[in-house]
Amino acid sequence: MSATTANISASEAPWQLPSRGKVGMICLIIAESAIFTIFIAAYVFYIGKSLSGPTPRAVLKVPVVGTICLLSSSLTMHWAIAALRKAKTGLFSLFWFVTLALGAIFIIGTAIEWRHMIYQDGFTIQTNLFGTTFYSLVGLHASHVIVGLIGLALVMILTLLGKVKPAHTERCEVFSLYWHFVDAVWVVVFTTVYILGR
Amino acid sequence: MASEAVPLTVHKSPLAVVYEWLGTADHKKIGLMYIVYALLFLVVMGIEACLIRIQLAHANATFLSPQVFNRLFTLHGTTGVFFVAMPILVGFGNYIVPLMIGARDMAYPRLNAFGFWMTAFGGLLLYGSFFAGASIAQAGAAPDFGWFAYAPLTSTAFSAGHTADYWNLSILLGGVGSIAAGINFVATVLTMRCPGMTLGKMPLMAWMNLVLGGLILVTISPLTAAQMMLMADRYLGAHFFDVQAGGSVVMWMHFFWIFGHPEVYVLIIPCFAFISEVVPVFSRKAIFGYPAMVAATVSIGFVSLGVWAHHMFTVGMPSYGNAFFVLTTMVVAVPTGIKIFNWLATLWGGKIRFATPMMFAVGFLFQFLIGGLTGITLATAPFDWQLGNSYFVVAHFHYVIVGGIMFSIFAAFYYWFPKMTGRMLNETLGKWHFWIFLIGFHLTFDTLHIPGLLGMPRRIYTYEAGRGWEIWNMISSVGVIFQGVAVLIFVYNMVASFIKGASAGNDPWDAWTLEWATTSPPPEYNFAVVPEVHSRRPLWDIKHPEDPDWKYE
Repeated sequence: MSATTANISASEAPWQLPSRGKVGMICLIIAESAIFTIFIAAYVFYIGKSLSGPTPRAVLKVPVVGTICLLSSSLTMHWAIAALRKAKTGLFSLFWFVTLALGAIFIIGTAIEWRHMIYQDGFTIQTNLFGTTFYSLVGLHASHVIVGLIGLALVMILTLLGKVKPAHTERCEVFSLYWHFVDAVWVVVFTTVYILGR
Repeated sequence: MASEAVPLTVHKSPLAVVYEWLGTADHKKIGLMYIVYALLFLVVMGIEACLIRIQLAHANATFLSPQVFNRLFTLHGTTGVFFVAMPILVGFGNYIVPLMIGARDMAYPRLNAFGFWMTAFGGLLLYGSFFAGASIAQAGAAPDFGWFAYAPLTSTAFSAGHTADYWNLSILLGGVGSIAAGINFVATVLTMRCPGMTLGKMPLMAWMNLVLGGLILVTISPLTAAQMMLMADRYLGAHFFDVQAGGSVVMWMHFFWIFGHPEVYVLIIPCFAFISEVVPVFSRKAIFGYPAMVAATVSIGFVSLGVWAHHMFTVGMPSYGNAFFVLTTMVVAVPTGIKIFNWLATLWGGKIRFATPMMFAVGFLFQFLIGGLTGITLATAPFDWQLGNSYFVVAHFHYVIVGGIMFSIFAAFYYWFPKMTGRMLNETLGKWHFWIFLIGFHLTFDTLHIPGLLGMPRRIYTYEAGRGWEIWNMISSVGVIFQGVAVLIFVYNMVASFIKGASAGNDPWDAWTLEWATTSPPPEYNFAVVPEVHSRRPLWDIKHPEDPDWKYE
């Protein structure tokens, strides 16, 4: 049943609603941000409170290369979407691949850093409060990066198979929101762990 | 008209029906599954309450061992919050909101199904703990540390075996389901409204589910985080709540209550929605002060995030910490009070029809007010120092949960059952249900304030005689009989009416929102033609084209 609208002047502006994908992804980002906030709160609260074991200054090496890579990957992701919107699928493919590669470098860097800390320094999640909060916070972030990399890889495969078209720009943009979120979280985590907490 | 057409029926084998329900992504079926699931757990929760009250009816009772008692109250609380209240409210929202906004389904139908099944399996996992057998360390298998699972009681040192893991994982699953529902509600209300339905023209229930969705996103996540920390402590040797390593157990309390307090607003906001739909229709007046109701709900959502430590007044926070939370808790009462005044103003001058939904709604108004007032009492920290962890607190929150939430859920059932099934619930049985439940509720929970004031603590499996508590506990336990009878009448009403109730038609209550503009029950696609609306009461406009609302709004 629809309302009879004969007497009512129809509104001139077309009926516009926000994009479903973007709203959904933003909601997911809000929920995830809340989870990260709690881990950041725990990290900040426990700064300097470890009773024993190594201090941040003793074991942490600032991951400069990884950070530059991850932050640049947001830029390349942005360029990729812009290219796809202009129907430049070749350029899209290139930038998407670079994003994936930069993200992979970040994760590999983290893995190397952790390997060193665990096997050389003997510093684990069990060592002290710093270990507990460091590994859980950075680990939570890293797991989000890995999920992002899986998504990036999937789209990469589909692109190489020629299945990604300009009509898919909106969907790729929704995914890029997630990737930008992962980046933004790294800015916060990096500041908290390597600058504030040292 | 579509409602007159004879639907094409295809005979389906029982297996096909089962597959249809197991694999559905239709918001109406999912809503019904949530509701039925919650009702089953409501019965379980009620049985747990009965057992608890039998044990507490006498001093020095030996009906239950302390260990069993601890498991019962833990499961009663945990089940009630996560596997009764959340699912039933999400279920109603799922069913009604798309219809109300003129949409054909939720924004993410498959995410909807995923959320339901996660919640469902979470509940089964929690109860699986009963069957998992006692551990070597004689810690039992069902969780027994209270629904808020304070550290370090949940650490491996004090909860050996897998007790805490059942609690942790089942709620983690349920939490994921809730977050999925939260995302879905926000996305649906923002992006699926029919043409003409601006945010200012949505039914209040749509607004409240929007606030609900947003609140779920920031409320459940802290609990998820805390549970990950607990898992890390228990299995990875982490030290989040390990005092010997310098960790803090108060931190668990902070994280839990950062979840726990907004959670109760997550539970009450959909109930506000039900009342905001029922009261106008049965007063034959549009809701008073729609913009104020929206503003109040949104402010409640925000302010509720800043009051959590009023659950921690007895922990020993500094005075300025306590004072901050006293003030914020008092502040959150203001928008809540605005809503109550608006409902009363809606009733004022209206032509009130005391059908069963309205009776439960009026019961809600009285009882939620009283429950809110005892909450304000508890919000004054010095008062809480005397009454914290006593039966006064138990009486307060059961007042808002049973007297408020449960009553509004009953109102919602009587109001929307005709829409969902095409049959009216029996009014006579409904009135018996109301009055008997009312008597039982007040017998049980009014009296519980008194032992609380007299110093009876919570979570004790028995108490000594001669403290003056016995008579009140006895009366309280007697009240449970009435509530049980009333719920049985309700269940019988639902089953009997489903089978042979009077036919409801599209719009048995002469209501004004879009769900009443389609058949009862609605077809799978909800609306043959997507409606276009011009006011807050689109169905009034259709039924009264000579005097439409958009002329006055």
